[in-house]
Amino acid sequence: MIQPLTEEQRFQLVPGPEGLIETQQLAVSIGPQHPSTHGVFRMDCVLDGEVVVKLRPVMGYLHRNHEQLAEKMAWLGSMPYTDRLDYLNSMANNWAYALAVEKLAGIKVPERAEYIRVIMAELTRLLNHASVIGFMLQDLGAWGTPLLYAFREREKILDLFECVSGSRMMCNYFRFGGLRVDMDEKALGMARDVVAKFPKFLDEFEQLLTENEVVLARCQKVGILPKELAINGSITGPMARASGVEYDVRKVDKYGVYGRFDFRVPVGAVGDVYDRYMIRVLEMREAIKILQQALRDIPAGPHVAPEVKVRNFKVPEGDGYARTESPKGELGFYLVSDKTGKQPYRYHVRPPSFINLTTLEDMCLGHKVADVVIILGSVDIVLGEVDR
Amino acid sequence: MGLLGKGLFAGMAVTARNFIGSYFDGGRKERLFTYQYPEEKMPLPENSRTFPFLVCDDEQDPVGTMRCVACKICETECPPQCIYIVMDRDEKGKPQQRPKVFDIDISVCMQCQICVEVCPFDAIKMDCDYEKSQHGRFDELVEHLPDLLKSNAYYNRIKPTEASAVDARLKAAQEKKAKKAVPAAKAEGPAPAAS
Repeated sequence: MIQPLTEEQRFQLVPGPEGLIETQQLAVSIGPQHPSTHGVFRMDCVLDGEVVVKLRPVMGYLHRNHEQLAEKMAWLGSMPYTDRLDYLNSMANNWAYALAVEKLAGIKVPERAEYIRVIMAELTRLLNHASVIGFMLQDLGAWGTPLLYAFREREKILDLFECVSGSRMMCNYFRFGGLRVDMDEKALGMARDVVAKFPKFLDEFEQLLTENEVVLARCQKVGILPKELAINGSITGPMARASGVEYDVRKVDKYGVYGRFDFRVPVGAVGDVYDRYMIRVLEMREAIKILQQALRDIPAGPHVAPEVKVRNFKVPEGDGYARTESPKGELGFYLVSDKTGKQPYRYHVRPPSFINLTTLEDMCLGHKVADVVIILGSVDIVLGEVDR
Repeated sequence: MGLLGKGLFAGMAVTARNFIGSYFDGGRKERLFTYQYPEEKMPLPENSRTFPFLVCDDEQDPVGTMRCVACKICETECPPQCIYIVMDRDEKGKPQQRPKVFDIDISVCMQCQICVEVCPFDAIKMDCDYEKSQHGRFDELVEHLPDLLKSNAYYNRIKPTEASAVDARLKAAQEKKAKKAVPAAKAEGPAPAAS
């Protein structure tokens, strides 16, 4: 087991003043109202010149009592609140919660619903990764251009979500035992259209970024997360895979119908910001593969298990944990149901971006302030999920 | 990496392509996809939802023909608890099956559609009107019963597929009820004659 860096090791990373000029460390608070912190998030940095010596992430500015609220509400009532966890990927959050309740109540999901769930989750992955790369480039100083190219593609997926679920971002689409409404032929056509056009956009996006010298110079060997630390810090998702940890809940658990699809899990070698960018691009390509297979094989049938009641839905006593591979990492819901079964007795979320954020200091030490911003961007956090 | 600056120029070619494409797109709407909002509105998909409204069958008499029976299921199920209902009573204090007060605070409503799903009478449905801005923050954003009542014809206009399915279901239920009532009337019919 590898221990975290000691104080001595940390200070070795920092180039000292070499006794020529007398310098003084400076405490700077970045955020909470700062465009580069992706929301209301504060980093208390100690700087030596421009180099970060110490960094303390301060969370909790967006705390909304999510877990406590859910414990006071019927099971279905917290489904729309899960949209607001990671507000870029409402579908993925819905799935994790629905999966946990289904596990607890022993509900079997119809085949068609499982396929639509996969389609929705993978489309969410596309839009999340596209926009996160855009935001990361925005942090690099590419003001708006790559971000807006990404948002243009994201918009097409959001249109599809609105057509299917009724809302662009707060979809509230999944139900226990299936989905709220069926995905009709028109929406499936739209999905096919998005999937057909997305590789072209990705090629263009990569042409813009992958070999760009500025991107290379700013991202390579910056914010390295060692494999051991990634494992010890329970980092999941693209961040862990960029550090060389081959771990994907879709492959490990094979929840839903993921066992049926042929896709690969990209794994990085270095674990720097550039690897995290590249992993996301490759994951988008794999997501397109899954989407093509799912759209080809989607069967006909009911979209929701008929035995599940909308009113007076009750869950037997017990507890259960279900996890999914959300675009940001492993998203899990731990639910405890008591004797009444009307509402969760305990409701706990394992948010990926919160846990991925815990290694921020280790990645930032010894780098410049400007690098802290891209390292934070590459972690891919959404404050709605970090603070809950 | 090859020639230094090659990646930069390749990237600039992409931006140039997108820049020109945002003016001339040949009608493909790939790079030119914005709408000039107040003048030109985006067509909304049928499923699109904003805030709930109450359905009444007759436009002329909205209060008399509304489907809501003030059962308060939506009030209890609403996650942010933005619905407030008071059941109507007649002069003797007997509860009537219609709401006296039905308020929805649209500043609290999170457009989740759970009230629609739990309603057993198809009385509350989602609107797709999004231009609801007001000057005030408090009373102006609370919708009362008269604002909320909209006709079934309006519902059919904004969501044709969904509304026709609801209408068919309600009609079937009514016919079933009528069929049930006919034998009951027959059974009751001769009884007074005999006596």
